[in-house]
Amino acid sequence: MSGLMIRARDIHKRFGALQVLRGVDLEVAAGTVTVIIGPSGSGKSTLLRVLNHLERPDRGLVHVDGELVGYRRLGNRLRELRHREVRRQRTNIGFVFQNFHLFPHLTVLQNVMIAPLTAQRRPEPEARRTALELLGQVGLRDKLQAYPRQLSGGQQQRVAIARALALRPKVVLFDEPTSALDPELVGEVLETIRNLAGSGTTMVLVSHEMAFAREVADTVVFLDEGRVVEQGPPEAVLTRPEHPRTRAFLSKVL
Amino acid sequence: MTENITAQSRAADANGEVSAARATTATRPDDDLDRYLDLPVTSGLRVGRWCAVAVVGVLLAMAGHALVTNPAWDWPTVGAYLFSQTIVSAVWLTLQLTAISLVLGFALGTVLALMRMSGTVLLSGPAWAYVWFFRSVPLILQLLFWYNLALLYKELSIGVPFGPSFVRFGTMDLIGPTAAAVLGLSLHQAAYAGEIVRGGLLSVDRFQLEAAEALGLPRWTQLRRIVFPQAMRAIIPNAGNELIGLVKGTSVVYIMALPELFYQVQVIYNRNGRVVALLLVAGVWYLIITTVLSILQHFVERHYGRGVARRTPAGPLEVLRSLVPVGVSARGRRNWSDRGDGEAAR
Repeated sequence: MSGLMIRARDIHKRFGALQVLRGVDLEVAAGTVTVIIGPSGSGKSTLLRVLNHLERPDRGLVHVDGELVGYRRLGNRLRELRHREVRRQRTNIGFVFQNFHLFPHLTVLQNVMIAPLTAQRRPEPEARRTALELLGQVGLRDKLQAYPRQLSGGQQQRVAIARALALRPKVVLFDEPTSALDPELVGEVLETIRNLAGSGTTMVLVSHEMAFAREVADTVVFLDEGRVVEQGPPEAVLTRPEHPRTRAFLSKVL
Repeated sequence: MTENITAQSRAADANGEVSAARATTATRPDDDLDRYLDLPVTSGLRVGRWCAVAVVGVLLAMAGHALVTNPAWDWPTVGAYLFSQTIVSAVWLTLQLTAISLVLGFALGTVLALMRMSGTVLLSGPAWAYVWFFRSVPLILQLLFWYNLALLYKELSIGVPFGPSFVRFGTMDLIGPTAAAVLGLSLHQAAYAGEIVRGGLLSVDRFQLEAAEALGLPRWTQLRRIVFPQAMRAIIPNAGNELIGLVKGTSVVYIMALPELFYQVQVIYNRNGRVVALLLVAGVWYLIITTVLSILQHFVERHYGRGVARRTPAGPLEVLRSLVPVGVSARGRRNWSDRGDGEAAR
């Protein structure tokens, strides 16, 4: 695999009077890990949600693996895709939420199997095999029949990661995956993501874990007031930031 | 204070249970926790509670006595009619009317709820108007209206809207008392069911839909597998109310001379004059039906409650045990309903 997995161009998004994104460009090479950092309210999560069209941008386009997300070009115009087609595109783009959002009435195994079974119509033995394999990878093979509320936050988030991976997506997006966790549970989730990063999955993370970003990121993007202020390899952005706003932000969080 | 402490430790010494070394550190007897760890736990005598139980018991005994001793209740007649052919088939009709109206009412109600929650006013408007209209018109008025529909339209037909028709029916033949009853009860029920289902759907965390969207689950799967099972938790208690209301509500159709339970007992007591006994027959049957439904509801709720509590909800036996006002039990078994928080998190 080579080349660009994600290209986002000139993304604008406004919520009422609040202009959240003001023209963001983002490029993510296949097989790399990109960590988006920035102060709260800078538009990190919104940008991530635009990438899989959970949020429809007011202006700007997203390409994932050469496919326009949410639209189709017809000659000189863009046609909005039907919901069904957008959902099909999302099966290529895994998403992990800050608050997990597991389905509380389904067991761990059912949570991981439901999307492959219904969205991709995979045969049940295959879906089960994949689910067992992934739950083994995240260290929860012994919790198959548990319900989400019977698990700790860290375990729930690991199930959520397995659930996102079960679709065999081309990209996985993580929206502050450890922010809702008790401090002693952060490590196990980061460990899971670290293993994933090592396996060559293309990932984009919004995170406040600077040490982790430095360790796993190929690229760090600093977002402020809806614009990309600075981006580059972690040692550059995190250690020798060029922009004063980056420096100010890092001096607060490091 | 000092006197008190020395007095206590002296008392302990006198009992010979506390060594001299301990007495200096654990001066008050209750400080020595290790020795009490394995003691069984009992609750004290609850005088107030037992008094209340006694009062309620006496009142119940008085009521029971009054029921048994006064011959005017006419229990033999109640017994004679309770399982008579006429009454049993009337009960059966009552159950049929209830079941059909419930199914049709909730089916239409679900459609109304989904319409109400759709983004477009073209759908939510009519749904709102339906609920407004059918909640406003008294059921009895509506029933008579459907029953007399032939006064408005002599015949009904199936065909192309505003175009030619293929089949024609005489309204009188099509809408007899049974059809009018089913129609009226179902349409009336749908208005209430619509709001109950909508309330259930609103109770589901909106992020559940977002997670389903992010996974690309088809719309139908989102509703059937994610939203409705969770909405059912909020729907079932209200639907149970409605169902029980409906069982008794069917008695309204007696005005169309439909031989359901309430109409049938009236027919019989008008003939033989045993008013009290036959009202009791009807009452006993309504009680039996409602009891069975309440028990069913408990198990349906249990089913839809899975995954909600950190541990399985109490079964019927545990519920019964908790009703007994005796406080002696092993430690660990008490408070079955509120234990369990935190233990699973580890």
